[in-house]
Amino acid sequence: MSLRIYLPGDTTAVALGADEVAAALLEQASKRSLSIELVRNGSRGMFYLEPLLEMEHQGQRIAFGPVSAGDIPGLLDALAGDAAQHALYLGATEDIPWLKGQQRLTFARAGLGDPLSLAHYRSLDGFAGLEKSLQLTPQAIVTEVTESGLRGRGGAAFPAGIKWQTVLDTPASQKFIVCNADEGDSGAFADRLLMEADPYQLIEGMILAGLAVGATRGYIYLRSEYPKALDTLNAAIAIAQEHAYLGDNICGSGKSFHLAVRVGAGAYICGEETALLDSLEGKRGMVRVKPPLPAIEGLFGQPTLVHNVLTLAAATTVLAKGAAFYQDFGVGRSRGTLTLQLAGNIRCGGLVELPYGTSLRQVIEEFGGGSYSGRPIRAIQAGGPLGAYLPHSMWDTPLDYEAFAAMGAMLGHGGMVVFDDTVDMSTQARFAMEFCAVESCGKCTPCRIGSTRGVEVIDRIIARQEPAANRELLLDLCDTLEQGSLCAMGGLTPMPVRSALHHFPEDFG
Amino acid sequence: MSIQQVIAKRVQEYRDVSGGLLPLLHAIQGDIGYIPPASVAAIASGLNLSRAEVHGVISFYHDFRSAPAGRHVLQICRAEACQSMGSRELEAHARNTLGIDYGGTTADGAISLEPVYCLGNCACSPSVRIDDSIHARVDAAALDVLIASLTDAGESK
Repeated sequence: MSLRIYLPGDTTAVALGADEVAAALLEQASKRSLSIELVRNGSRGMFYLEPLLEMEHQGQRIAFGPVSAGDIPGLLDALAGDAAQHALYLGATEDIPWLKGQQRLTFARAGLGDPLSLAHYRSLDGFAGLEKSLQLTPQAIVTEVTESGLRGRGGAAFPAGIKWQTVLDTPASQKFIVCNADEGDSGAFADRLLMEADPYQLIEGMILAGLAVGATRGYIYLRSEYPKALDTLNAAIAIAQEHAYLGDNICGSGKSFHLAVRVGAGAYICGEETALLDSLEGKRGMVRVKPPLPAIEGLFGQPTLVHNVLTLAAATTVLAKGAAFYQDFGVGRSRGTLTLQLAGNIRCGGLVELPYGTSLRQVIEEFGGGSYSGRPIRAIQAGGPLGAYLPHSMWDTPLDYEAFAAMGAMLGHGGMVVFDDTVDMSTQARFAMEFCAVESCGKCTPCRIGSTRGVEVIDRIIARQEPAANRELLLDLCDTLEQGSLCAMGGLTPMPVRSALHHFPEDFG
Repeated sequence: MSIQQVIAKRVQEYRDVSGGLLPLLHAIQGDIGYIPPASVAAIASGLNLSRAEVHGVISFYHDFRSAPAGRHVLQICRAEACQSMGSRELEAHARNTLGIDYGGTTADGAISLEPVYCLGNCACSPSVRIDDSIHARVDAAALDVLIASLTDAGESK
């Protein structure tokens, strides 16, 4: 009997040496005439344990991690005897508290098997949402999404149902589904993880969105920084086409949906939906004035449903299990589950999926396990480079869009970047302005020029030149950026700057 | 095939693709390593665009280059998660070791150094990318090993 071993082919796992571990494993197995079946699965998101090696043992999967190539001979020896005695033994994967403490809906399948295996996807309820959708009228699908309370996961948290209804209600000869997979926020990797571990879920979400709003073409706009996700998506799309999930006769229904991946070119601004549409049209990624809304005049002037990867993926759960099931998770107007990404200076970083409403402190303490450096944690930047730096006093706020907005912060895409006490918050504030200067599309003056002026003003504050006057000038500049910019790039750059200034004034002289 | 032939072939391939300019530029850069400024006119006429539009797109996106890069491209993540794990020191170390700044290429043509804003590997920072492979938890010593593997001596091993 051959031994089935799982070792992720995920970007982070490979960046930590998973390919070398795989090579060592195959070499040792052949030396020992051991018959093994190596499955390169996606990651379960426990990045602090990668490369995480799992094997089937007495009907369950047991895990070892983090494994390096040099550990393989000893590991194979241990397997012949008492595996539980091995130093890297973690027990049954499902029982690892870090994983067991989560409530996974969107990431339930992540890391369980070969991301490209259709049979595996189907065996775990894959395509259940699509099959259900094929039985429903477009309006019934949209109503299901509306009633689920699903909101856009990209950061803006706009109610998905309103977008779907608008696109459905706008007549056109050609409509589009566009997936925003330009996950540029530092600290965010949930989209990448999903696309690499469970690509069919995204594909299914896009097909059923197409059925719902009457769109027959879709594009995944993927950032060029994700070469592995690109390979996985292209392979998955080809397989889905071969098996008639994509094409002109979806599952024999006579309905069409065509899907292609388009690769970005290293511009953060293209994560903004209208800049993304311009980029898809082959232009500079310049932000558009709204209205017209993309739902009415989007890609090539046609009605377009633009959603983040996780929103489209979550739609499969909504359709497969019903709006009421999804509604049951979460608090207030934040329904369903939130995928937090613990990143930066943290011991146990990775992806944590939980219903909305838990506090940040709970997540950091229960899952994070303190800083990676071992020093005290000083600040957490929530929601990406345009999000606020939160001091300890703000960590008890429930993870919910409205609660975060009320304290001048945002959940954004759920990336949480942890900093220890060596961080200098004036440097971080300066970087926020610098990043805006580098990545601004240039359309709005406050964003294009104000960001460069912001760097200069912060430099003067750091150099103690008229600090009081320059602080006032900086706050004034922040107001101008916030009020005078078309999109979130200029509009939210003040958030990290103000929060650093407000909560950590001691770092500004 | 000459550079002109490669460009003509690619233009032919993408001229009818809607919004095809970005895929076309990626394809050309994939073939020859950069977008030759002399090819802008051919691209523009093939796609029925103005030369200004094509130049505007090439210069807008960080990925597109108008001159050849070194044999390897080393990108260091400058974003916040990597900053929290010491990427600022790593950047300084890379510049000192290679003797070049961002946008530069080492004299032997082996390595071009570029900044990147997030590789999506933020739980295991600092991250660097070399060509299409991403490396996690890279400190100065690990970077030295990676750089050594990219120089002539390392490559011939």
